[in-house]
Amino acid sequence: MKIDPNCLYAESHEWIRVEGDEGVVGISDHAQSELSDIVYVELPESGDSFDKGEVYGTVESVKAAADVYLPVSGEILEINEILEDSPELVNSDPYTTGWFVRISIANPAELDDLMDAAAYEIHCQKEGGQ
Amino acid sequence: MSYVPHTAADQEAMLAAIGASSVKDLFCDVPERHRYPKFDLPEPLSEMEILAELRDLGEQNADLDHYLCFLGAGAYNHFVPSVIDHVISRSEFYTAYTPYQPEISQGTLQTIFEYQSMICALTGMDVANASHYDGATALAEAVIMALNIGRNKKKKIVLSANIHPEYRQVVRTYTQGLNLEIAGDEEPGQDLASLIDGDTCCVAVQNPDFFGQLSTPSDMQALADAAHAVKALFIVVADPISLGLFKAPGGYGADIVLGEGQALGNALNFGGPYLGYFACREKYARKMAGRLVGQTVDNRGQRGFVMTFVAREQHIRRERATSNICSNQALNALAAGVYLAALGKQGLRQVAELSYHKAHYAARRIAEIPGFELAGDGPFFKEFAVHCPLPVQILNDELLEEWGIIGGFDLGRFYPERNGQALFCITEMNSKEEIDYLIEALKETVAAWESQEETGND
Repeated sequence: MKIDPNCLYAESHEWIRVEGDEGVVGISDHAQSELSDIVYVELPESGDSFDKGEVYGTVESVKAAADVYLPVSGEILEINEILEDSPELVNSDPYTTGWFVRISIANPAELDDLMDAAAYEIHCQKEGGQ
Repeated sequence: MSYVPHTAADQEAMLAAIGASSVKDLFCDVPERHRYPKFDLPEPLSEMEILAELRDLGEQNADLDHYLCFLGAGAYNHFVPSVIDHVISRSEFYTAYTPYQPEISQGTLQTIFEYQSMICALTGMDVANASHYDGATALAEAVIMALNIGRNKKKKIVLSANIHPEYRQVVRTYTQGLNLEIAGDEEPGQDLASLIDGDTCCVAVQNPDFFGQLSTPSDMQALADAAHAVKALFIVVADPISLGLFKAPGGYGADIVLGEGQALGNALNFGGPYLGYFACREKYARKMAGRLVGQTVDNRGQRGFVMTFVAREQHIRRERATSNICSNQALNALAAGVYLAALGKQGLRQVAELSYHKAHYAARRIAEIPGFELAGDGPFFKEFAVHCPLPVQILNDELLEEWGIIGGFDLGRFYPERNGQALFCITEMNSKEEIDYLIEALKETVAAWESQEETGND
């Protein structure tokens, strides 16, 4: 399982990479491996706003469909349109070309509630041990 | 004999598990006086007696083996080739249930896939589902789909008043409580394009419309363009038989095409079961309700069929499902598929052409009778509205009783401004002799009614 050290993580397995007052969001390597082969990613439109923890899209794999939650509140600036035709990028490169959305971070204080890579690794181990 | 499979011990265990002491406790919320109502029913009959009684009742129906039919208005008397019943009566199809297991359901899945493919060819759409309950529910699903594509932010639906009135009622039933605005169908003849605004999620029309009238592809395209300008969907309800002759709605900007599929190889069946066909553009496929069968290859590279996009169905994302529909009218859709396959492109066109030409002959002959006048002057397919010189109900009663004819639909029932108009439907099933007989019946009925009126006035 890969964990990108430059990202912060939510308990629901989304990552955010902070770039100034913007953030890039996706799902973790652990999440993609649990879902298995991803066949579709439904994303919102630029300009839509979501609160922290709100559903902003859906990931569909050959065995399940899962909602994805925004790790911090913000407005969608850009979506990864490549995923429409190549959803498998979420499986192969979840932290790079498999990103979901770019957002403007509405409240930077919310970032404090997220986990760093080390804490997230422990979180995944705990979940796996259940 | 008891039809309850649970033993007394089973029942006690179940009651104990939920903390009830007797089955009676489960009904404590039902007021005492309603629990065991007395029904005023006749004494039971033997099987032999009940069959005789049912046969008597059945013989009171005015069925099409004994009556001539000039009624349409959404349910159509087209020829049903014998091959259809032969195929759909095979027990592999007749008893087949939900084809969740592709390894044992290839035949059923293939018929659904072929039905879907032919509906796409007919409508000019990219994807068709395995069918809805009927045309009305298909329209309601289309409206809800458009709402979801607009992310539930756009709350206005523009509906043409010339869509089947019952379809519009079903749309209202399906969408009640969603705080939608339905515009366009309160008064007839409204300019739909002028009602479209940024809050509109879809514009729905019927072509040919409820009165049988055809809109030109360019008029339809203009309305589609007006809808697309505000990112609204353009929904077209169409008689599938008409698509054998006229331009597919996919060719004039439709995003969703749907309608009643009964005319495709399904008998009138006293009003049901029918099927709603439903097709849309590929980019909306994931928002489409209902079952969808796809073609793929198995791990040995052989062609196979599976239910696809199942995440849209409620068995995976139940709490987020946008529709209750996760079934289809499989046997009716099979009949439609066999019909289309049996007739082919030329056969379907011939059915449409015969209906068209016979309807135009009938319309011309009816309009020649003094007192009758065509209500529309535009092009029409197989139905046309006629001003009648006597109340439609009286005319129809007379035709039924005296002539063995099921007359045209009384438009005053749904359109007060069309009181006195009958909607006649002619298909390939109506021979020239039948049409001439109808003309004679109309002439004599009017003459008799007028002389009676005169006598009454004296």
